[in-house]
Amino acid sequence: MAVVITQLFNGISLGSILLLIALGLAITFGLMNVINMAHGEFIMAGAYTTYVVQQAFSHYVPAALFNYYYIVAIPLSFLIGALLGFVLEKTLIRFLYHRPLDSLLATWGVSLILQQVARSIFGAPNVAVTAPAWLDSGLTIAGAVLPYKRLFIIALVTICMVTLYLYLDKTAAGRKMRAVTMNRSMASSLGVSTKKVDATAFAIGSGLAGIAGCALTVLGPIGSTIGTYYIVDAFMIVILGGIGSLIGTVFGALSVGMLGTVAEFWSGASMAKVIVFVAIIAFLQFKPAGLLSARTRSLE
Amino acid sequence: MLTVESIRAGYDESVVLNDVSIQAEVGKVTAVLGRNGVGKSTLIKTIAGLVKPSAGSVEWMGDKMEKKAPELRARSGIAYVPQGREIFPSLTVEENLLLGLEALPKKERTGIPKQVFEWFPVLLEMMHRKGGDLSGGQQQQLAIARAIVGKPKMLLLDEPMEGIQPSIVQLIQDVIIEIAASQEMGIILVEHSLDLAFACADYYYILDHGTIVSEGVTNVAHMDMVKRHLVV
Repeated sequence: MAVVITQLFNGISLGSILLLIALGLAITFGLMNVINMAHGEFIMAGAYTTYVVQQAFSHYVPAALFNYYYIVAIPLSFLIGALLGFVLEKTLIRFLYHRPLDSLLATWGVSLILQQVARSIFGAPNVAVTAPAWLDSGLTIAGAVLPYKRLFIIALVTICMVTLYLYLDKTAAGRKMRAVTMNRSMASSLGVSTKKVDATAFAIGSGLAGIAGCALTVLGPIGSTIGTYYIVDAFMIVILGGIGSLIGTVFGALSVGMLGTVAEFWSGASMAKVIVFVAIIAFLQFKPAGLLSARTRSLE
Repeated sequence: MLTVESIRAGYDESVVLNDVSIQAEVGKVTAVLGRNGVGKSTLIKTIAGLVKPSAGSVEWMGDKMEKKAPELRARSGIAYVPQGREIFPSLTVEENLLLGLEALPKKERTGIPKQVFEWFPVLLEMMHRKGGDLSGGQQQQLAIARAIVGKPKMLLLDEPMEGIQPSIVQLIQDVIIEIAASQEMGIILVEHSLDLAFACADYYYILDHGTIVSEGVTNVAHMDMVKRHLVV
């Protein structure tokens, strides 16, 4: 029983981490069709922001308050990620809409630059971020120990997802974003400023990557290539879920997380990766549009 | 007054409109007639800002518009209802209508005017349905309503009666006549059906091979001459 619960939990946990990374990508790649290879470096920026906040707390804030550094780090990671994304959109991406190959190459260049900048500032070796004490230990259910760190990440992902859903579904800005995604020229003809919407969407997607980076710091040391490790999986999840479908991304992330964990349990880490890749490729052969694709009566 | 002067426009290398000039007044219905493929939709898109002219000018209320983005034209009072409706399929009817308010300054976005539902009552019943689930006729009503909620001064209608059942055609025709009678809005109506266009319009232009070949006041037009231009 404990093994089943542990595996199930590990699957959800891995899925939630992948989801946090893929959510941002689901906006920039899934909704805006921009292949942003620098997305991983926004994750890195979020992770290093958390590291800097931790350092600042350990030097300038009373020791009793140290454990609260993470509360400050989460929104700050979002803001740093969002700021980088906003600047990248304004200075580069906006000139490359509808030029996927160019945007892929240009953002890959940006990704290399950002990695080098991080190495120059923080050094080449990985740095460790001490997780807050309240995230140590775990919850025991039927003999299985569920670490608080991973439970926290699941909660963080849930909050991010619900907030994003409410933003897209219930606010005027979210409505405009969905309209621009569906039909850019028509939205523009109604008076929607598409440039503003693009910049906002890109900033939000990048900000979510920043939060993902912040979350990753509680799981292990961070380095300049932390984003690169996850970026391919994240792209696969967005495609598996169905481009343009955020709910699809959720299912995609959980499926990959679950399958990855189960496969790893039976066959080992490297083989698990192969199994997940093959399963996704096979699935896309039968359903090229992904898990969820919009179906309407419209004349599209 | 909307004045299109010596417009030359097209797509990539192909020139669709060549030296086209038209005028449309607020409070009047101006019909643009022509067979399929003569450039009617390109003309409307050029006015809406979706096609950039290579020469000529578009002047609206004294302002030069030809270099302005579509959203700025929408905010200056030009609303566009495209051929094929182009409603947002995954948004509800209400959300589609709320997007129409984007053409207004923030302070004036106070909600969807009731008048819209008096003209198109079916939209009130369908408020929370997805736009993509509506029938063709309902989508057309939604597309027109979405343009009207932004209180435009000039409404560009690209073949609004195309592929729609007769009862809805009559409804749309009645709304066009009522809008024109209010004297608050001008309409440029692109149609290939002469009868439908002449039932609503005050003035007409006939396009052929990308140029204006005939124009005049509808109630004194020589129908034989007009029909000659429209016969395939």
